[in-house]
Amino acid sequence: MSGARLLRRLRSDPLGLLGLALVLLVVLCGIFADWIAPYRPNDINVRDKYMPPGAVHLMGTDNLGHDVFSRVIKGSQIALFVGVTSIAIAQMIGLTLGLVAGYAPRWLDNILLLIFDSIYSFPTVILGLTVMTLLGPSLPTLMFVVVVIQTPGYARLVRTATLVKKSSEYILAERSLGAGPIRILARHILPNIIGPLFILGSMDIPSVITLEAGLTYLGMGIPPPTPSWGRILSEGYSQIRDAPWIVIAGGIPLIITTLGFTFLGEALRDLIDPRLRKIV
Amino acid sequence: MASDCVLSVRDLSVDFLSPHGPIHALRRVSLDVPRGSIVGIVGESGSGKSTLSLAAIGLLANNAVVRGGQVLFNSADVLTMSKSQLRDLRGQRMSMVFQDPMTSLNPVLSIGTQMLDIQYRDHALGAVDKRRKAVAALRRVGIPDAEQRLDRYPHEFSGGMRQRIAIAMGLLGNPELLIADEPTTALDVTLEAQIIHLLRELRREFKGSILFISHNLGLIAELCDHVVILYAGEVVEQGTVQDIFHRPRHPYTEALLVCDPARIDEVRRELPTIPGEVPNLLEVPSACVFAPRCPKAFDRCRVERPLDHAIGGTQSARCHLATA
Repeated sequence: MSGARLLRRLRSDPLGLLGLALVLLVVLCGIFADWIAPYRPNDINVRDKYMPPGAVHLMGTDNLGHDVFSRVIKGSQIALFVGVTSIAIAQMIGLTLGLVAGYAPRWLDNILLLIFDSIYSFPTVILGLTVMTLLGPSLPTLMFVVVVIQTPGYARLVRTATLVKKSSEYILAERSLGAGPIRILARHILPNIIGPLFILGSMDIPSVITLEAGLTYLGMGIPPPTPSWGRILSEGYSQIRDAPWIVIAGGIPLIITTLGFTFLGEALRDLIDPRLRKIV
Repeated sequence: MASDCVLSVRDLSVDFLSPHGPIHALRRVSLDVPRGSIVGIVGESGSGKSTLSLAAIGLLANNAVVRGGQVLFNSADVLTMSKSQLRDLRGQRMSMVFQDPMTSLNPVLSIGTQMLDIQYRDHALGAVDKRRKAVAALRRVGIPDAEQRLDRYPHEFSGGMRQRIAIAMGLLGNPELLIADEPTTALDVTLEAQIIHLLRELRREFKGSILFISHNLGLIAELCDHVVILYAGEVVEQGTVQDIFHRPRHPYTEALLVCDPARIDEVRRELPTIPGEVPNLLEVPSACVFAPRCPKAFDRCRVERPLDHAIGGTQSARCHLATA
């Protein structure tokens, strides 16, 4: 389905449109962060610490006099970068492994499944904390954690879809016309599963951003002074009595992003699913 | 039989491995497809028609085991070919049309994409030429506005159109043999007639051979030169269309002809059927497979397995009664 047709269909779905608007808002904030932010997010101005929200500082200031609004805007860059990039990497790896597992002989499939399930069985936060502690908190480590956690889910989805498509008659027909395994996987099975995978990914982006916030909150995320939303939250939490607006300012973008991607993802899923498409 | 055969199956036996033991799906099946002819395979569900056709193109399911025999395509044994040799064969020299046109085309790719993609072997051909070839192939099977329709998706076509497209795809490489596995079963009667008409026209044009699988005797009579009757994994009778339809020698063939609704003159409340059921192929009887259902069976049939008896130059039947 072409992008233009998808957009036209999206118009009849108010929640999906809202999702699209929210996602666009966050993306635009990320792209134009340096123009939107009224102050430099890491500028320290101790004289103006704990300023409540007002005309000068839209979301107030924290204990070091950072302008919270500027940090929130700048934080969307980190959030999107971590969310989108690591999901994309995880999907690419998951897609490849899933296709291999679904089409390969039984023994290879079993080995891959064992690996997926082993990773799957770890509690997310514990796995994240362990890796972050071992490798030291940094942006690349965080992304590595996200990729490791997300890949098995995508791989399993792709594997199952591959197994289903593999036994369909048009694949047999394609083989009867002389197509080899790589051609069948790349040209015939891949287009059948890329849609659902893409949608699952868009719905996973908020959970990755939340994971980033959570790990940062626990002190094992992106190190200071990078203004990530998780950092704003964790710092705001310790000052919740003196400056409650910091926590609120850190939470709102998280909510907006989560809702935006979830609504958009669900709308896309409904639109692409052909059984639901006919009703629309 | 004719010496110049595109496909020659020799004593082919195929088992399917199942949790209950091997199922003897095909047993010592032999048949020939002379160059330029249309050979029909008739049989009930489960008689091994599809297994035979998949074996011919080397696409048997993973749990199928070939116990013996050869499938000679232009004198080369398909069963011993390497995977890459098989791939070279398929689509170019031998191709297949499947039963259900609703599921034999990839739903997420336009038919143009699929038709261009299967020409991947022609490295010399540019996209424009491949497109032209695809359009020509669609025109040949009677699809109007082929140029515009190339960008449509399978769900935008009717069943009959899809089967035409599937046939066009099968013929794109100008194969010497087209295997059509019940190509009209999923279609209604009008479309069935159109597809049969199309196949007959195409045979004249592309000068290849067709292995036509069906359980519809009327279609076989109309389209085919030779007929092979398959029962419970064995060829019980084969011969020319005239042999089979005018002088059937095997009681099963006779019974089939009696049961064909199109040939019944008398108005009756119930359609004639063959009593009994197809034997369980887990344990194949050591005598004649049809004996338990055969109206003409006598003592010898229940003890001794009949041999193929040649009748005239063109016909043969696996029946003790055919000796005379």
